[in-house]
Amino acid sequence: MTDYVVPLITVSVLIYAAIKKVDVFEAFCEGAAEGIKTCAEILPALVLLLVCIGMFSASGAVEALTSLLKPICGAVGFPSEAMPLVLLRPFSGSGAMAVYSEIAGYVGADSFAERVAAVLIGSSETTFYTIAVYFSAVKAKNTRYAVPAALVPDLTAWIVCGAVVFAFFGNA
Amino acid sequence: MKIILIILPVISLIFAAINGRMSELSASILGRSGEAVELVISLCGIMCFWCGLMKVAERAGLVEKLARLLSPIVSFLFRNIKKGGRAAGLITMNLAANILGLGNASTPLGIAAMKAISEENNSGEQATDDMIMLAVLNTASLQILPATAAALRAANGAEKPFDILPCVWIVSVYSVTAAMISAKVMGAISRKRGKT
Repeated sequence: MTDYVVPLITVSVLIYAAIKKVDVFEAFCEGAAEGIKTCAEILPALVLLLVCIGMFSASGAVEALTSLLKPICGAVGFPSEAMPLVLLRPFSGSGAMAVYSEIAGYVGADSFAERVAAVLIGSSETTFYTIAVYFSAVKAKNTRYAVPAALVPDLTAWIVCGAVVFAFFGNA
Repeated sequence: MKIILIILPVISLIFAAINGRMSELSASILGRSGEAVELVISLCGIMCFWCGLMKVAERAGLVEKLARLLSPIVSFLFRNIKKGGRAAGLITMNLAANILGLGNASTPLGIAAMKAISEENNSGEQATDDMIMLAVLNTASLQILPATAAALRAANGAEKPFDILPCVWIVSVYSVTAAMISAKVMGAISRKRGKT
């Protein structure tokens, strides 16, 4: 079923654009150029973050951290291997990408922990960064309950993530 | 973030010394920088395709169309802005851009929406309930197609990178609902405290 989603979206966007008489080729190239720009922009940060995270896992510190967090993760059925991602996700988008790659390399693609990590990336945002950008735009110094309210959805995602992936794919 | 970048290497150095894994640590510094480049290159194709396709969707007016569908929800969630005003329009556009995964378009729209809310709410240095609602909704991911997550999966050898779609949707429904409820409830609590 999910095999249909991407082709259907692609085809329907193209048909809709053709009906609306959009210059599809020109618009696509403009957007794709933005994609290249985004990739080029994240590379410097990604080099630094991947090195830092790579050092962290090569030193054996990740194993220590995950075994420390195992009891908390067990309570909601969250794989403790993916836990470093939960801790970094609210702070840095490229950091999350780096941690994800580290986890995927460690547990293997299409494993339970890898899927949970990917679902978490797909269903959460860089919470603190977003709040900083949005409130500095209006120069609001007192953000009141914004941070606790924004952490509730992140916490919710962490709690349900493991169970949802388990329901679809089992513990593979 | 800056502190994390110092803490991680320092802890790594200590742990590597204790565990006798200094050669692995040394190798990881050199190896990972190369891996970062490989990762970005393998991401680049999907990112370009998706950004391109979404630009086509934007030009065809899909953002405005989706924004119109969202406007009843917006007037329910945002209580102190003018109905059909500038802020309401920008908020719906921002949320629509988020749903379509137009990262480059949604942030400028969101910032403009924050400024419009601040004018319509006559806010000072204090954040208003409407501002917090918008920021919180933006921190919970509304995206229908998590292109970055799928691109990362593809780069790491997943067989069907998009097979997690239903999971992402379900988790997103939970987290976005939690975002709306938490913003509303905490807003009510803080108003109550303000009065007494």
